[in-house]
Amino acid sequence: MLYSIFVDPFVQMVELPDLLVQVLWEGVVAGVLYALIALGFVLIFKASGVFNFAQGIMVVFAALSLVGLHENGVPAPLALVLTVAIMYALAWSIERIVLRPLVNQPDIILFMATFGISYLLIGLGEFIFGGQPKMMITDQLMLPRGAIDLQILGGRVTVQKLDIAAAVIAGMMVALLAVFFRSTRVGLALRAVADSHKAALSVGISLNHIWVVVWFTAGLVALVTGIMWGARSDVSFALQIIALKALPVLILGGFTSVPGAIVGGLIIGVGEKLGEFYWGPLVGGGIESWLAYLIALVFLLFRPQGLFGEKIIERI
Amino acid sequence: MLYREAGQFKTRYEADMAVFPIRQDVIGIALIIAAAYILPPFLGHFVIGTVLIPFLVFSLAAMGLNLLTGYTGLLSLGTAGFMGVGAYACYKLTTLFPEVNILVWILLSGFFAAAVGVVFGLPSLRIKGFYLAVATLAAQFFLEWCFVRIPWLFNYNASGAIEVPSRALFGLPIVGPSATPLTRYYVILTIVVGLTWIASNIVHGRVGRTWMAVRDMDIAAELMGIRLLRAKLLAFAVSSYFCGVAGAVMMFLWYGGGEAKDTFSINLSFTILFMVIIGGLGSLLGAFFGAALLHLMPIFLKFGLPAMGVPLGGATAEHLTHIMTGALIIFFLIVEPHGLARLWATAKQKLRLWPFPH
Repeated sequence: MLYSIFVDPFVQMVELPDLLVQVLWEGVVAGVLYALIALGFVLIFKASGVFNFAQGIMVVFAALSLVGLHENGVPAPLALVLTVAIMYALAWSIERIVLRPLVNQPDIILFMATFGISYLLIGLGEFIFGGQPKMMITDQLMLPRGAIDLQILGGRVTVQKLDIAAAVIAGMMVALLAVFFRSTRVGLALRAVADSHKAALSVGISLNHIWVVVWFTAGLVALVTGIMWGARSDVSFALQIIALKALPVLILGGFTSVPGAIVGGLIIGVGEKLGEFYWGPLVGGGIESWLAYLIALVFLLFRPQGLFGEKIIERI
Repeated sequence: MLYREAGQFKTRYEADMAVFPIRQDVIGIALIIAAAYILPPFLGHFVIGTVLIPFLVFSLAAMGLNLLTGYTGLLSLGTAGFMGVGAYACYKLTTLFPEVNILVWILLSGFFAAAVGVVFGLPSLRIKGFYLAVATLAAQFFLEWCFVRIPWLFNYNASGAIEVPSRALFGLPIVGPSATPLTRYYVILTIVVGLTWIASNIVHGRVGRTWMAVRDMDIAAELMGIRLLRAKLLAFAVSSYFCGVAGAVMMFLWYGGGEAKDTFSINLSFTILFMVIIGGLGSLLGAFFGAALLHLMPIFLKFGLPAMGVPLGGATAEHLTHIMTGALIIFFLIVEPHGLARLWATAKQKLRLWPFPH
């Protein structure tokens, strides 16, 4: 028993390194997607202190709008532009209708309000575009298809071109965001708001404006995530359960850290694929559904503020 | 006009601190309970089966979660998992010991949920807030996985579902295919009334005050000599007990058997959390309000609107339900972030002074 838990999986890893690489790659790809969702959470949490439960739904909603528009005869580039416009309208109305009246309420109330938003978006999305799963318009967006077979380590590793594209695009987006935060006026204001709402207000930064920008940025991240994810499987509301996986990622990385979200996403993605592949069969498989949470839970016991989170200091 | 407390003088401290200090409230509660027992035979099976029974079950679960989230301030998303533990415990117990009355097992199955709840409550000593919510998600998904992967739990039957056997009380079948909705309703009602009474006593007593101190600021509570380990774990245990009983009741007296994976899913956890927050955190009455609102509104949209002549397809109704639920959650949060219970309290205060504004 002990042998099959502590020794056998590692023996397998060493004996078949190509398989290990394949599993690791699968983990990285899943991790990138978790990280992208977590990124949306972090952006909003940093700037407004709102724990945005609706991020997963925003991903689906963005992808659904894109595909739905295209199905109704709008050419792909125009549909993309229109979807961006929809995400802006969404950010604006969330700020105006939901956040503004609820300013200064306890966190849990704002959290609850984002639950309301996610219900609303599920209903709206199904109402307008129908509830059936849809195919992502991969070709029209000029995303690559097919797979590359690599001959390494005495075996063969299959890599989907789409996954490489996803990783590259995700990397580019994070870099862009970093530049945006670092060297633009709005980005600077965003960082100021994240540091302290009161101080930012006192130097003349409009919180309302910043919130719209932040929710819009999170909406764009959601759109990119939605395209990537939709291209891998299909666009459907089943994704919202998978989007919950972003929560352990957040815990691992800390709620306020962008690099944390990325590193956390990769750790969770790789960890759960390795666990599922090598240890899963011992208990009957399917442990992917809770392993990520368990990793995060164990991690939390040692570092309650996450990997890169700010240290929690409590005063009376 | 009837709601006046003029002439009701309190001569003892206990009378002043009573749960219902105003006589009209006592009469009102008595009337509601009496109506709950007397009226249902005049209602159709449809109303009892789709409105009253689910309402009571959800109220019980929401009350359980409210003890944890509303009174102790520990956010939990594992409610459905704990309910599932209650349902499976009850199923195993009643198939292993069929001669013992099912009611005993329903009430005892809560203790199994409580034990599981304590185990998953352990991290709450170290982590708080949203971090704890994610930690309880681990409980939810792990338990869901157990319900599917451990065949011992559902007695190795092929369907993987709980099959509710027929059991009787005083010769009257109360669970299983032959039990009428009315009998099941009375059983649930009695359980809910009893447990509400217990919960009310807990939260108004020493334990409840300890919990509230922990909720308001746990470090300060610790400095005042409250042992956090005991208080938090007790909250998890009691809350999970209520949820476990609610789960057993749900499976045995409402659904009459079925696949637990679909029943006790993460969505149920969220629904119950909604009920607690919409109803009012830290209010037992709020659990009932929240359950009523979130359970009745979809039913109204589904059956009420077509009856009033607004044509709605099945799928459209479902989408509209989602939109309406979301909009209402936001609406109520903006109107009164402290929930329906607070709205009710404000209304009562206004009534006491009516027709004067102050």
